[in-house]
Amino acid sequence: MSSLAEHSPRKGQSLEKQVDTVRVFDQSFYWLAVIGAIGIGGVLLWIAVQIGLSALPAIQSYGVDFLTTTTWDPVRNIYGVLPQIYGTLISAAIALVIAIPVGIGVAVFLSENFLPNAVRTPIALAIELIAAVPSVVIGLWGIYVLIPFLRPFYNFLYENFGWIPLFSTPPRGNSLLTLGLVLSVMILPTIIAISRGSLIALPRDLRQGALALGATRWETILRVLIPAAFSGIVGSIMLALGRAMGETMVAAMLVGNSNQITPSLLAPGATIASLIASQFGEAGREQVAALLYAGLILMILTLIVNILAEIIIQKFQNVE
Amino acid sequence: MPLQISKSKAFIAPLAALALGLAACGQQTTTTPGTGTSPAAEQGPSANISGAGASFPAPLYQRWFTEYNRNVNPGVQVSYQSVGSGAGLEQYINGTVDFGASDAPIQGDRLEAFRQKYNAEPIQVPTVAGAVVLAYNLPEIEGQELRLSREAYCGIVTGQVTQWNDPLIAQANPNINLPDRAITFARRADGSGTTFIFTNHIDTACPGWEAGVGTSVDWPTGVGAQGNEGVAAQIQQNEGTIGYIEYAYSKLNNIPAAALENASGEYVAPTPESAGAIFEGAEIPEDFALLVPDPKNPEAFPIAGLTWVLVYPTYDDPEKWKALQNVLEWSLTEGRPIAEELGYVPLPESVVERVQQVLAERVKAG
Repeated sequence: MSSLAEHSPRKGQSLEKQVDTVRVFDQSFYWLAVIGAIGIGGVLLWIAVQIGLSALPAIQSYGVDFLTTTTWDPVRNIYGVLPQIYGTLISAAIALVIAIPVGIGVAVFLSENFLPNAVRTPIALAIELIAAVPSVVIGLWGIYVLIPFLRPFYNFLYENFGWIPLFSTPPRGNSLLTLGLVLSVMILPTIIAISRGSLIALPRDLRQGALALGATRWETILRVLIPAAFSGIVGSIMLALGRAMGETMVAAMLVGNSNQITPSLLAPGATIASLIASQFGEAGREQVAALLYAGLILMILTLIVNILAEIIIQKFQNVE
Repeated sequence: MPLQISKSKAFIAPLAALALGLAACGQQTTTTPGTGTSPAAEQGPSANISGAGASFPAPLYQRWFTEYNRNVNPGVQVSYQSVGSGAGLEQYINGTVDFGASDAPIQGDRLEAFRQKYNAEPIQVPTVAGAVVLAYNLPEIEGQELRLSREAYCGIVTGQVTQWNDPLIAQANPNINLPDRAITFARRADGSGTTFIFTNHIDTACPGWEAGVGTSVDWPTGVGAQGNEGVAAQIQQNEGTIGYIEYAYSKLNNIPAAALENASGEYVAPTPESAGAIFEGAEIPEDFALLVPDPKNPEAFPIAGLTWVLVYPTYDDPEKWKALQNVLEWSLTEGRPIAEELGYVPLPESVVERVQQVLAERVKAG
């Protein structure tokens, strides 16, 4: 625009030309952005359609029973993914139950002035670096470090609280609980980084206003800051949940890959992602279709969760 | 298989890359301009060959092909992707590789698909055999030989035997003080040729086994881990665990393996000799699809199987086929010590001769 102002007094023709150039630039940027936006949606659609088409033979032969039966038998080609759906939801739920309070707590802590900036920034950086650790490495860490470390704790749970169905099986190391714990570590950086970002972005007037009205620091954080940053926090949780449900390598290495549904968190289980990762390489043709059907279901599960989150955010914002 | 982390593969891959790199350098220095193709002609044809398939023999194949490139003919580079038998057969049928590899003979709809597409029979030849052992971690009996009767290991696999001091186990081990500890059965979660060989035996030997035979089956019990190395880790990390792994892995990781009761009622510990004894006296069919689910030989370890390479009935490029044929023949003859070193069982001489004959007669090139 500054170049336009410079040139305009000298030549009228040039002004028109300049305006034209700007308009062409604006237009092309607009269309580029439109193509980009539609393209991303298109890729998603492409993936979904391709998976759907490849899964079609399985959808036709197993139908809705696929979701409600518990057998996965590649020898007889009988497939059902209820234990995997259960395992996916339970392990993600364990991860969220741990990661949400811890994550939001740390995010608040790092966005307030409890610590000097020189300490806060390295901590925030270190947390974000957890997200950069490859999942295979986290899986190996789970097998060789975390499981031996947790074994006494698992034994304690089983021996003293075995009467609660949640801890009613002898601990075997690889279990839904182990997977949930490791997933919670993996999704913490997502929750912390995004929640902290939205807390920092809040206008300063909010905090000052609350304090001026006589609110304590607790009240300011719980009643003013967190509700104001709510949509950002929920967004971070949804991203984290997506990661927890779709995590493949760590799940395949730690969940125990047992095709069963038990109330006990100490028992091995299976997730949809671990099932696909484990069996794809050696799968026969019908089995490949069944695995892709399972993949489609994982996509739909994630979609449902995201829609639910959207509804929660909408509702809350209306109240506000 | 990209999803599988394999210590041995991870270790071999850089070695192989290094070896290929060195070989390539060596070739550049020897083939100076002007001397023409005479060195290559002496060494045989040069070609880039790609194969894909089974992960069970992958460490051996990668060693064979690297050694061949380094010591025999630097002009021949074979790349092998261990994507798993199923994926390997698919690539073989689709024609995206020069050879496929599988732990189970080609059959069913895949055999049909191949016949339809190529209007010919696929050519499968065995390359090597391997034993699958039941390795365990029981610190209380360290250093003593554990013997498992058929009933005992069948019971463990089907989930009926759940304690180490179960009478079925104790019967065969009168001199061992077995602890009162729960048994955890460790198995493969990923589809695998090792599982095919193991279930092929269990299906024959165990009356109560209902899950059938396959590269992955519907297990009645146990904890699933990824790859041989995953099961080995599962066994080493958890006291009281028993699981099936390739003999080579139990040897490499120093995990004790149980002596098993074979069809003749003898208890046999896994060794290359006792695994090789399986194929003695067995009639090998025309298509080499020999499965010995339960060997009758009293000296044989009961669980072992073959692994196969699949080549096409015709190759467009005669150079390429000649190179591949040379590699395979070298591997089956000169490569035997490498197979033994890695814990595999080389094929008997008579079988190797038949394989060479089939490769020479049935494949057309050009």
